Amino acid sequence: MSRSPGRKQENHKISRELFVLTYGALVAQLCKEYEKDEDVNACLDRMGYSIGIRLIDDFLARSAVKKCRSYSETADMIAQVAFKMYLGVTPSVSCNSVTGNEFSLILDKNPLVDFVEELPAERASLCYCNLLCGVIRGALEMVHLAAEVSFLQDRLKGDAVTEIGITFLRKPEDRKHRRN
Amino acid sequence: MAIFSVYVVNKAGGLIYQLDHYAPRSDTEKTFSFPLDLVLRPHDERVVVAFGQRDGIRVGHAVLAINGAEVNGRFTADGKDVLEFLGNPANYPVSIRFGRHRLSSNEKLMLASMFHSLFAIGSQLSPEVGSSGIEMLETDTFKLHCFQTLTGIKFMVLADPRQTGIDALLRKIYEIYSDFALKNPFYSLEMPIRCELFDQNLKLALEAAEKAGPFGPGS
Repeated sequence: MSRSPGRKQENHKISRELFVLTYGALVAQLCKEYEKDEDVNACLDRMGYSIGIRLIDDFLARSAVKKCRSYSETADMIAQVAFKMYLGVTPSVSCNSVTGNEFSLILDKNPLVDFVEELPAERASLCYCNLLCGVIRGALEMVHLAAEVSFLQDRLKGDAVTEIGITFLRKPEDRKHRRN
Repeated sequence: MAIFSVYVVNKAGGLIYQLDHYAPRSDTEKTFSFPLDLVLRPHDERVVVAFGQRDGIRVGHAVLAINGAEVNGRFTADGKDVLEFLGNPANYPVSIRFGRHRLSSNEKLMLASMFHSLFAIGSQLSPEVGSSGIEMLETDTFKLHCFQTLTGIKFMVLADPRQTGIDALLRKIYEIYSDFALKNPFYSLEMPIRCELFDQNLKLALEAAEKAGPFGPGS
């Protein structure tokens, strides 16, 4: 971890509970401010996006990974390295489509929902962890990969597993800047 | 001082950070009588020594000050043309300060953009797909090392040709950027970096790299 270079490696660990509580407080406050679930989801996604565009450089600097050469390598990288580094969990990856640009990350454990049992009745379509979708979307955009990221299944809504779907969008590449 | 400067260039080719780390070169100030035994000529916006190198005044040095007052390009502080002033025997004896002209911030901006374009050309010229782009530019007095991140930011370090460990230093600068610039909520991406912590930590990293010297990084 690169913090003040003068000191030796100190474990700057903040309590996990504090982080989970902070996230919960954030979602609860958004629910108070917005009537509709879609608005809360959109707000979480935007916040996640602005985190993702900054987090990507931290990820690349600390993990020193090489450039991914395919969508499936990218999805593996997100699941096995990024999720492990930041949330301490390793979702499993599966490819959904024949075209090879739709992937799913199946989350076994999700630290953000440690203390949440189920969504209240009036918030049935709230994506509680939508921040994560925004983070992934923002991070991918900064390495020139446009993607749509959303929750396909959510344990909080009663589904069997929590599944995040990443769909890489093919856009006409800007040859001037995307040479490599 | 073996590391001369650090440049950070954003995706669009604009310079967002620049640090000069070398000790200021010694300027030479001398009193002259008519006629001047140095040959001076105008060059760009400055008056430089073309011939007659002596006593620490080298060819290429620019006239920095006359009689203590700093010159403004080709004109003295009072607005007179420097060459005319020095051609007039009535103004002698005169004290002139010579030294290496330092790049102005506009010049640095231009040079950074030019390097960005060269870098793009370098990547395209590559016979293999997926080239890393220009990694090093070598001259007899310095080496320019460049590292482009996957997000398109370029970090450039100008160092002494014998200095080693610059690769590790570039990665370290990337970490410092991702910590102290990106994690600062009030820093907007792609804008000039004006973060105190970034400056401080960068200077510490440069000093650590220099101390390791030509024998490689110690830590």
